[in-house]
Parts: sequence; structure tokens; C-alpha cells
Amino acid sequence: MTVSQELPAWKTGHQGPLLIVDQLVTRFATPDGTVSAVNGVSFEVSKGETIGIVGESGSGKSQVLMSIMGLLPHNGSSTGSVQFDGKELLGMPRDQLNKIRGTRMAMIFQDPMTALNPYLTVGQQLTEVLTYHLSTNPAMAREQAREVLEQVHIPEPGKRLGMYPHELSGGMRQRVMIAMGMLCRPDLLIADEPTTALDVTIQAEILDLLAEQQAVTGTSIILVTHDLGVVAGLCDRVMVMYGGRIVEQGPVRDIFYNPQHPYTRALLMSMPRLDDDLAGDLPTIAGQPPNLAHMPPGCAFAPRCSFVSEQCRLAVPPLREIAPGRAKACTLDRLVA
Amino acid sequence: MFSFVAKRLLGAVPTLFVIITIAFFMIRLAPGGPFDSERAVPAEIQENLNRVYHLDQPLIGQYWLYLKSVLEGNFGPSFSYKDYSVTELIWDGFPVSMELGLTAVFLAVIIGGGLGSLAALKQNRTADYTIMTAAMTGITIPNFVMAPLLTLVLGVYLRVLPVGGWGNGHELKYKILPVVALALPQIAYVSRLTRGSMVEVLRSNFIRTARAKGLSEWLTVTRHAARAAFLPVVSYLGPACAGIITGSVVIEQIFSIPGIGRYFIQGALNRDYTLVMGVVIFYGVLIILFNLLVDVLYGVLDPKLAHR
Amino acid sequence: MSVTPLDAAGIGMPVEGTSLWKNARRRLLRNRAAMGGLVVLTIIAAMAILAPYLSAHAIDDISWDAISSPPDFAQGFYFGTDSNGRDLFVRTLYGARISLMVGILASIVSLVIGVIYGAVAGYLGGAIDNVMMRIVDILYSLPFMFFVILLTVFFGRNILLIFVAIGAVQWLDMARIVRGQTMALKHREFIEAAHAFGASSSAIVRRHIIPNLLGPVMVFVTLTVPQVILLESFLSFLGLGVQEPMTSWGVLISDGVKDMETAPWTLLFPATFLAVTLFSLNFLGDGLRDALDPKDR
Repeated sequence: MTVSQELPAWKTGHQGPLLIVDQLVTRFATPDGTVSAVNGVSFEVSKGETIGIVGESGSGKSQVLMSIMGLLPHNGSSTGSVQFDGKELLGMPRDQLNKIRGTRMAMIFQDPMTALNPYLTVGQQLTEVLTYHLSTNPAMAREQAREVLEQVHIPEPGKRLGMYPHELSGGMRQRVMIAMGMLCRPDLLIADEPTTALDVTIQAEILDLLAEQQAVTGTSIILVTHDLGVVAGLCDRVMVMYGGRIVEQGPVRDIFYNPQHPYTRALLMSMPRLDDDLAGDLPTIAGQPPNLAHMPPGCAFAPRCSFVSEQCRLAVPPLREIAPGRAKACTLDRLVA
Repeated sequence: MFSFVAKRLLGAVPTLFVIITIAFFMIRLAPGGPFDSERAVPAEIQENLNRVYHLDQPLIGQYWLYLKSVLEGNFGPSFSYKDYSVTELIWDGFPVSMELGLTAVFLAVIIGGGLGSLAALKQNRTADYTIMTAAMTGITIPNFVMAPLLTLVLGVYLRVLPVGGWGNGHELKYKILPVVALALPQIAYVSRLTRGSMVEVLRSNFIRTARAKGLSEWLTVTRHAARAAFLPVVSYLGPACAGIITGSVVIEQIFSIPGIGRYFIQGALNRDYTLVMGVVIFYGVLIILFNLLVDVLYGVLDPKLAHR
Repeated sequence: MSVTPLDAAGIGMPVEGTSLWKNARRRLLRNRAAMGGLVVLTIIAAMAILAPYLSAHAIDDISWDAISSPPDFAQGFYFGTDSNGRDLFVRTLYGARISLMVGILASIVSLVIGVIYGAVAGYLGGAIDNVMMRIVDILYSLPFMFFVILLTVFFGRNILLIFVAIGAVQWLDMARIVRGQTMALKHREFIEAAHAFGASSSAIVRRHIIPNLLGPVMVFVTLTVPQVILLESFLSFLGLGVQEPMTSWGVLISDGVKDMETAPWTLLFPATFLAVTLFSLNFLGDGLRDALDPKDR
């Protein structure tokens, strides 16, 4: 028996991009002033696509996800527009948002040990999604939970249902998180650094699992990471973020082989490669990420950019399209690798 | 689980030993006490003392006999209540003190936990500040100030409750003021504790996951947050019982309630050594038992400990 | 890279840190509750010290014609009189002397014992530390109140004994804290660096460990003093504390309870003083703790 035979609602619904984010700005009120974590981010996600968002810590990539899911803390607020299947998410009342969260949009987090409730069993945390959202009866819910654990390749799924998160290994916990996210067959799966807390070998398994889930269910994925290798393996398109803004976006291959923004180029250069020559230092990017409470008036990357010009410091370069599906926010016309 | 309990019991034994040994030596060393050799004591009383305290035996023998008698529950005769043994007095006062104490603990957890959770959910808003200020007052103002004030307002000015006494033991109106006065500091402490714990739990990652799953706020709080947030309260139950035992001493005195606490104070004022020692040992055992119960309870509730 | 005007203005630059003590002082000064508490405490302390000059009456002066009378400014009975005709104002102030003195002295005693015990246990570590901490555990689980009362029953009720008794039960917390800090510090890099430079153990303790303990110690003292005052008041309330002719707030409150129905001021004035002092100390202590360790909210 497979989980739920009927066609997920989205296949018959609204046409066009699944998620449209337009000029998203997210600010936090802190005792030291207002911090702008996200400074005008716009992008679209289509059905079945996998988007990667890449950046350093403090680039705002995780806050973009939190804003979309409505998971900001008390002192955070967003402006702009986030439309999911035609419905505006920002400002939506909590009970309406809860009908979408967990069912049509699901999120998995970075550290599965702290993201799962240590006081409830795996089974309880899985079945409650079904009993709450779909009013499934408990026995049926248990069965479906067991099945979905099987689908994420957890051995002895029935036994695992009665276990607590601390009794599982890190990789298994993340599989449980993915299973929990996929339970209701969401249209969009949002993953916030899903592999960062895991061993390198397990990372590959998790990424394969995500790819497999997508192939089977056609879910769109937004994947946030600081690791370019992860992006290369899984994503169709990638967005590079810096200082709360998108500085470059486009298809994965294009970005990797022909980066057009100095920051993207510097990032790629700082990645160690197997075929690197072992002599010499690993290139790094000089300077420090911007202070989000006091953003400079011009391009956020200007203080660290090797190609900087006066024009860069005066105003924020807008994100402009340089080729179909390709955009960058830089005053340079062309960056030669 | 069994080994856990056994280990804790074994750990409690040295503590008990220390208490009993201190008791033994204190009685013997007290100036003006029954063993003060400078006091002139009439012959038949001296004979009594010798008999009861086995003064003809060597010190080790005396200690051993004292130990045995304590373990049998015999604390010796009371010095001030001439016809009663200490054990009889304790037995007499125990049900009253127990009723007071247990009700107070119950109130502390329910009311304190509820108010604290409310404050956490409305963090930094009016409800939070009001509850926390009230809690601060309850903790800072000692019960021997709070109890008379409450009595002044409710018993003297408004005349809705009696000022003291226990009635026949079954009338509610005599129980309200003492229980409330006894419970207030604990309610205050538990509410602060719960609020702090709940605030921290609500910030944690697994609560964020619960919200991301689209669960209602009510379900998130009761199913996910409560379990985690209340564990520190369970831990606190041990010290809470100790605090209530201490508080009962004063409350029983103020409201003239015939519990163990009042016998203790009378004994202290009258220099009734055996009574005072007996009560201290009894309370010591109670506290050790309570702490053990609480530890077991905690071990059951926390899955990280239960599965070992 | 040269410094541009933008850099000089601090825009777009990362934030720089300030020292722990400067930060702490700034936070403390901003905390209105703590500052209020400090002001109130200073006033009460001043009143206590100046007590003999503030009132014409002595603490055991009996005025036969003014027994249990309400506050009367004309005769100098600012707080009224008690059932023995004694002026409540001056008795309350003398009570303040006792309470504050006991509070500070006993806290210092427990501080000294606790710090030495904890530092030794933490620094020596191993089996010695185990035994020492086991003793602390055993003592910690015993009900303090009763032992203090026991001491007064067995050894009489003099003021010195009260200091000793209270100090002797309060040091346990400090010992635990100090031991924890010492153990944590013992392994930090700068200790190893100091060792590498050949500094002796006592020099290390003196120059590195003690300054790092100053914070928690300060917080502990401000939170212990009210506990001690409470203990002393509790004992005095029960009749086991200070004896005539000396008085403390506990005694005054106890007397006040007896006359509560006919002369409520005898209860209200000392009770208010006690409550206000405890509040102020707690606010100050909380403020200090928040200032030194803001994560602890």
C-alpha cells in the first residue's frame, strides 16, 4: 500500500510560478538598533525546480526562509510580498498560515538533534502531522509514518517509531526530518542547511535522498547552504547572497563556470579543489562581512572588492539581467575569469 | 530503574548518619543539658537519666544504643511535655502538618505553573510584568510578614476568615489562611521558574519545527513546550518541600495550628532537647525521602534518563 | 587599503568590543530598579547609622502616658509607640542596625569560608575535591533553619553565635560557585600560558583566578545579604534571635503581630522597613547579575 493515492491539490491548481518573492525586506529590532537581515530580495520558484541560496553567515539566506515560512521571532518583521500559489503569505493570519505550513510547504532544519523534540518519540512527532492536518485516525497515521520512514531508507522503521531522537544517529535524525516534511506531500520543501551538521559521507546520502524525493513527488526545493559543493550536486538554479541582497543568480553550471560577480568569483576561488596544487596559500576574501545594523550606502561588498570603483560606493547596484535567466548586481559590465 | 533508586538510597544513608551523629553529640555536649555534670541533679532523676540514656555504658555503646532506638523510631521522652514521648508528639502533629504541606505543594505547582506559563506566553507584555512583580513580592516578603498582613486584612478588617486556630480539623475556613500563607512563597518561586523555563523552551529549535509543521499555538505549547518547560519545576519539588517544612514552623506558630512545627518551636523555647532533636531527625528523613521521590519522578519523565 | 571617509565615520565597519567592566557599569546604571534599590539602601543605612541623633528617645525609654499610641509628631513618636510605651521609630532604626550588621558580617564570613573552600577544592581537584564536594552535598541537603535553631537551643542566644550559625550555613553555595569557576579557569589557555612562564600556583590563583571570580562573588554577596537578614529576622520573630534590650526587625514584627488588632502601626512600620530593604537588595542583586552576565535573562 502506498501513501495517499489521490493527486496532490497543487497539480490541479494555480498556473505559473509556485512561489513569487518580491522585494522582501526583513528587519529585526534589537537593543543596538534596527538590523536589516534581508534587503530587498526577489526571486521565483517554479514547480519541480530546485533553487540553491548560497552565502556566508550573516548574508541573510536563512532569514529569507524564515520570512517565507512566517517563523520570525517577536522582534522581526517583513515587508514586500511573498506569494505562494497565488496567496499572499506575509501578514496572513496564523490559523490560515498553519493550514499551508506542514501540508503544502514544509521546512527542514540544520541541526536535527535540536530540531526534533527530545521528549516525544519519533512516531509521535510524525503522526501528529497527519492527525492534526488530515484528521487521520491514529492507527492509519502510524502505518503511514512507518511507510514514510521506509521511503527515506531507515531500516526497521516500525521499531524506530517508538524511539526517541537521542537514540538515533545524526544521519537518521535528518532522514526523519525529511520524512516529516514529506508526509503530506508538500509542493515546496524548504531546507535550511540540511547537511551542515552532518559528516561528509552522510551529507552525500542526504542529498541523494532529497534528489530522490523530488524525482518521486515532483516537489520544488529551496536549499540554503554555505557549501558550494552541495549546490553543485543538487540545484538547477542558484542565487548568491551577500549583505542581505542577491548579488548574482542563474543556472548552476553558468554560475560555476562563468561567475560574473566579484563575490561569487572570490567564493569559488576560495574553495579547495582536489586538483589544486598544494603549494601556496588557500585564497581567502580579505575583510569582514558587513555590519547589518549599519549598512553602507553603496554595494555591500565594496569594502572587500578587488574591482571596486567610486560608482559602487554611491548607490546599491540593482540586480539586472545580463542574459536570459541570468542576473547580477554589479557595476562591472563583464568579469573575465 | 531499580539500581537508580538503590544507588540514591545508599547515597542518602551518610546524610542520615551525619544527622543522627550530630544529634547524639549535641545532646551530650549542650551546656545546661541533661548531661551537664556541673548541674546538681536529684538522685532519682539521675537514675532515670542513666536508665534512659544508658550512661553506665561506654560512649560507643551509648551511641550504638541511640542509633538503634532512633532507627526504631524512638526518640526518647520529651523534656517539656512531661507525660509524652517525642514519638507520640510527632505522631500527633504529623497529620495536620502533612495536610497543610501537601496542599501547599499542590497549589504551588498548579497555580505557580499556570501563572508562569501565562507570563511566558505574553512575554514582556502587561500580564508578564504584573505576574512577575507579584511573584517577586511573594518571594521577597517573608511569610512571617505576609501571614500577619493577610490576617490583618482578611481576619481583622474584613472579618471573612478566622484569625487563628484549627477548629476540629475538618472546617475549611480555618485552613484557608494558613495554606495560602504557606503556599505563597512557593507559588511565587514556581511561577518565576516556570516563566523562565518556558521562555527558553519557546525559543528552542524544536518549537520552531512544531510551528513550521503548521501546528496550532495551543498544541505547540501544551504538547511540545510543556513537557520540556516543567522538568525544572519537578526538580524544584525537592527544595520546595524543604521550604514548605521550614515555612510551616512559622505558619503553625502564627495561626496556632497543632502541627509538628509548633511543637518544635515550643521545644526550642523550652530547651526540650529530645523533642527538638527528634523533630529535626524526622524532618531530615522526610526531606531525604521527598528528594528521592522527586529524583525518581524526574528520571521517569525525562526520556534521556529513562532509557539507560 | 587606505582609510576612506566612510570607514572613518564607522559606517559599514564591524562593531568593536568594550571591556567587561565598562559594559557592566553602563548596564547597571541604566537599570532603574537596581539604582532605586541602591538609593533606598543608602537612605536606610544612613538612618541606621544616625539613629541616636534622629530621635530624642532611647530604645528602652518607657513613656507611661503614651502606651500603644499612634504616630504623634508633637511628642517625637514618629512611628508611634508599642505596647510598652517605647518609641517605635528609634527601635525600628536600631533594628535596622542589627539587621544590616548581621547581614553584612555573616555574608562576609560565609564568603570567606566559601571562597577558600571552593578555590582549594577546585584547584586541587581529584580525590580531595571529591571528598570536599561530597561534604558540601551532604550539608546542602540538610535543613538549615533547623540546625541554626538547634545551635541557639543548645548554646544559648548571643549575637555572636547568630553570626557564626548563619555564616556557617550560607557558605555552601559560594563554595560550589567558586569551585566551579576555579576548575573552569584552571584549564583555560592563559593559565597554561602562565604556567609556561613559570608562575607559581599561588601567583596564578592571585592574579588570574581571583579577578575572574569578582563578578559572581559580587552578585552572590548582594543576594546573600537579604537571605541572611531574612534568617535573622526569622529567628528573632520566633524568639530565638536577639534578646532584650537589643531589638531587630524580627522581634518588632513579632511584637507587632501580637498587637496587630489594636495597634496596627506596630506591625506595619517594621514590616515595611524589612520588606523594602529586602526588595532593594534583591533589585540591586538582580541588576548586578544582569549587568555582569546579560545572557542570564
